[in-house]
Amino acid sequence: MTAEKQVRVWPRVVQRIAFALIWTAALATLMVLAFIVLYVLRLGLPHVDWRFLSRYPEAMGREGGILPAIVGTVVLTLAAVAVAAPLGIGAAVFLTEYTWESRVTRAVRFGAEALAGVPSIIYGLFGFIFFVTYLRMGWSILSGALTLAIMILPTIIRTAEEAILTVPRPYRDVSFGLGATRWQMVTSVVLPTALPGIVTGIILAIGRSVGETAAIIFTAGTALTMPTSLLSPARTMSVHFFVLAIEGISLEKAYATGAILILTTLLINVLANWLVVNAVRRHARRG
Amino acid sequence: MEGLRERLIARTLLVVACSVVLALAIITYFIFRAGLPIIFHLGLDDFLFSTRWMPADEGGSYGIGAMALGSLWVTLGALVVGVPLGVAVAVFSAELAPTWLANLIRPAIQLLAGIPSVIYGFVGLMVLVPWVRQHLGGPGLCVFTAAIVLGIMILPNIISISEDSLRAVPPAYRQGALALGATRWQTIWGVLIPAARSGIMASIILGMGRALGETMAVIMMIGNSLQVPRSLLDPATTLTSNIGLEMAYASGQHREALFATGVVLFAFIMILNLIANVVSRRRVQA
Repeated sequence: MTAEKQVRVWPRVVQRIAFALIWTAALATLMVLAFIVLYVLRLGLPHVDWRFLSRYPEAMGREGGILPAIVGTVVLTLAAVAVAAPLGIGAAVFLTEYTWESRVTRAVRFGAEALAGVPSIIYGLFGFIFFVTYLRMGWSILSGALTLAIMILPTIIRTAEEAILTVPRPYRDVSFGLGATRWQMVTSVVLPTALPGIVTGIILAIGRSVGETAAIIFTAGTALTMPTSLLSPARTMSVHFFVLAIEGISLEKAYATGAILILTTLLINVLANWLVVNAVRRHARRG
Repeated sequence: MEGLRERLIARTLLVVACSVVLALAIITYFIFRAGLPIIFHLGLDDFLFSTRWMPADEGGSYGIGAMALGSLWVTLGALVVGVPLGVAVAVFSAELAPTWLANLIRPAIQLLAGIPSVIYGFVGLMVLVPWVRQHLGGPGLCVFTAAIVLGIMILPNIISISEDSLRAVPPAYRQGALALGATRWQTIWGVLIPAARSGIMASIILGMGRALGETMAVIMMIGNSLQVPRSLLDPATTLTSNIGLEMAYASGQHREALFATGVVLFAFIMILNLIANVVSRRRVQA
């Protein structure tokens, strides 16, 4: 009798304990996230004002603003996306619409997966030895953007491929039935339908570019001057933040720059999520 | 005319897709070309296992033993923190959470993945380092601090892949276990986790690769001292943080040695990725 009872009670006690631990883990993770965001915003936002955003830094960044770093970040990111987006979307279209599983697709998928796993410091080393030194582009926006472009390529390919795969089969059949060529079908049916997913991937890639430091510091340099062309060196906000923090130049300015970085990250994530939710809703209405 | 255009487009797309493979090949070639000669020159044994790294020595001493140990400790520490926490959150999200909470956790984890690593390093430096110094002793800049923050940084990798593989377990498994009288926890622990284990393993290996490769956050927290850490509270350095710090001014043989460090790192991470790839492919066959 007691033994039987034990058998029944014990698993429930174990389950209680296990579920309590799992709930704790989940809440702890959410709290760590909230802490990081709120900590940086609370200590950083009071030092952010229009002058901080619109002025040049003075005394290595101890005084003044971060305008060149903002411009550097925007230009570098846009240039990287301008290179990576057509390549990534093209590769995704090739993998989904123009071929079937073969040695080529396996090689491309393997390549994309391997690139996704390469750590950013290796991209930094590569960008330095290849773009900066071997191709003699020097520390420049161009070197940094090309390095970043390779780095974000896997994200863009994977998200674009997933988005294209959700386009229903009949769309393609109807398009072919109306006499469209494969390319017409891709450009007028598949890509427009998959657009929200593709854009989400690009936004996430922008997020990765904005937050990147190790791959940029050795390719775009750390010059605190306003970039004037693709061949000028530049310092992004992440690099600026890193230099301020590690060289102890100004904690106040570091917090302020950190707050801008966190706000950018938040904005990018909200935007990406909003797109996904909207796309799902549209699909639901259609289906 | 149409046919020709179509064929041209197909060819172009093929070339575009192959640019991925080309990029990987160029990266591998240039990293190895810049780093391998000095490894052969010094001898693989000396390079890997000597703990003396003194570019200022007569002729230079380049042994990455101490940093490799630092990387090893930090990575293992990150796994100790990240794996239980990550798998628990994945189970929570896939099995326990009410829908509204699960819908909140997914974007939260995505945000966790999106926060720049310099921010993680900075918050670790400003918050965790003083705490460790005060309550546990030592300088605070140490293996322990870096491992905890890295453990948090690899959470998104572990959670998202583990959750996917938990969700991919056929519903019949769960229904069968529950029908046999198992509790929900017995079902999770005895059926769902074992069924999803290849995905969970893959997520852990990828998380390991991320921890091993992280640079900026580690530089800010580990103290960057070129000694073999004797305890978790000792400062140390890692393969990545040493490259990150010294590349700024290194030249000649010193720079080659940093590239050689990169070669070792690159090779390790490629091996980890291959293992993760093989492990997760097994799931597809099963």
